[in-house]
Amino acid sequence: MTETLWLLIEVGVKALFIISMILSAAAVLVYSERKVSAFIQNRIGPNRVGPVGVLQPFADVLKLFMKEDLVPRAADRRFHSLAPIISLGVAISVYSVIPFAHYVQIGERIIYMGIAPNVNVGYLFILALTSVGVYGVTLAGWSSNNKYSLLGGLRSSAQMISYELSMGLSIIGVFMLAGSFSLNDIVLQQEGLRWNIFLQPLGFIIFLVATFAETNRAPFDLPEAEPELVGGYNTEYSGMKFGMFFLAEYANMATASAIISLLYLGGWQLPFSYNLIGLEAGSVSLAIVQFLCFLLKILVLCFFFIWVRWTVPRFRYDQLMNLGWRKLLPLALLNIVLTGIAMMIWG
Amino acid sequence: MEDLLFYLFAFVVIGSASVVVLSKNIMYSAFSLLFTFFGVAGLYVLLFADFVALTQIMVYIGGILVLIIFGVLLTTKITGVDIKSGTTGKVQLITASVVVVIIAISLILLFTNVEWVNQEFVQPNTTIDSIGFAFMTKYLLPFEIAAVLLLIALVGATLIARRK
Repeated sequence: MTETLWLLIEVGVKALFIISMILSAAAVLVYSERKVSAFIQNRIGPNRVGPVGVLQPFADVLKLFMKEDLVPRAADRRFHSLAPIISLGVAISVYSVIPFAHYVQIGERIIYMGIAPNVNVGYLFILALTSVGVYGVTLAGWSSNNKYSLLGGLRSSAQMISYELSMGLSIIGVFMLAGSFSLNDIVLQQEGLRWNIFLQPLGFIIFLVATFAETNRAPFDLPEAEPELVGGYNTEYSGMKFGMFFLAEYANMATASAIISLLYLGGWQLPFSYNLIGLEAGSVSLAIVQFLCFLLKILVLCFFFIWVRWTVPRFRYDQLMNLGWRKLLPLALLNIVLTGIAMMIWG
Repeated sequence: MEDLLFYLFAFVVIGSASVVVLSKNIMYSAFSLLFTFFGVAGLYVLLFADFVALTQIMVYIGGILVLIIFGVLLTTKITGVDIKSGTTGKVQLITASVVVVIIAISLILLFTNVEWVNQEFVQPNTTIDSIGFAFMTKYLLPFEIAAVLLLIALVGATLIARRK
């Protein structure tokens, strides 16, 4: 029984840490998105709240909390409030299989840095959860009882379902190399600079594009295309319910960056052997260095996400579907065949 | 602990499944199926069938239920009539109840009369390996036939959609 208790405490502490990480990551991302977009568009960006505007996201959150929570009279109340919970819940639960560093050894006890990083269906869990994420958006669009919301919700779910396929197929090459679905195994296999991005360049590009579509980010942000849809599936949301969708979007961006870096950029692995800087396996300092390395990769990728959003114009709907079904899907299948042939030759 | 989780998931499954059957609003029925599938996936996890659990979520929640919900969403307003499952008459209600009772009784009889063998349980390290090997060796032919069948269905669906 004490063993179960310890396990519960351990998981609870990790979960608290992860949730606070996600919330602060969302704040950092909102701020940097506004600053980077301002820089790209030759503006100044937020500069009133705090020095250089760093407190802006907190002011935003405070504003969202203070706002009145409006629900349209024709809306379906139950689903209207359930939808943002599903969206945010899915975005956060994905982190339960993501490893942040390898492990810390305290006495006999080995503590892995993640809630369940070694579970052998790791990536499948993420795929399953992203397919649940569709419901948050569809529900929001339908329950608002608003044309624009419904259109936004339908577009979004069609887009997510279409790109899920190429996303799932493009990473099969990575699984073939690692021989496992566990995210920790995949990271361990990319020791040193044997990153999958070099071994799987085609798969990486397909996965990157599909991720942009999955997270509804520009250039695939059709679900919330402002000029045509007012605001998309979240048009009828206000106050903290809108805030939850907003948070989910940025949490998804951070998740997507984390997954890309785990699968293709070596995850928490340092680009050189840890003996080189005199650290031991299982020590706390090594775990911190690995965590910082992982965080750096995530931040660079997040910056890339923001950069793309303010550089590339939005796709048209038919272009989006063509790209997904006619180009990415066959290329993803080709990638599997090529990986198989390469493994046969160099085995 | 495991018992507690089992009853939790069982409660979720039965509760949401009864909403599916009893709700007058077909959207509510469709969405409570979501929780039914989730609960069943949870039960699979308790049986150490993690791969089956995730496949259940991906296939049923990520694929089939989305189709059902799209169907409901996009057709309710076309006919001009609100689709409500409450429009079914008493005849259907009685026949359905009789069928359900018969099935329940036969299941209970089956459960009590068969002598179940308790096999010694070995917790598998990973279930994916054994499932993959079984598919590629012993059950290769049924696996391939199922794949071809699905391909035919896919091509057929595209053909029907194109004709319009």
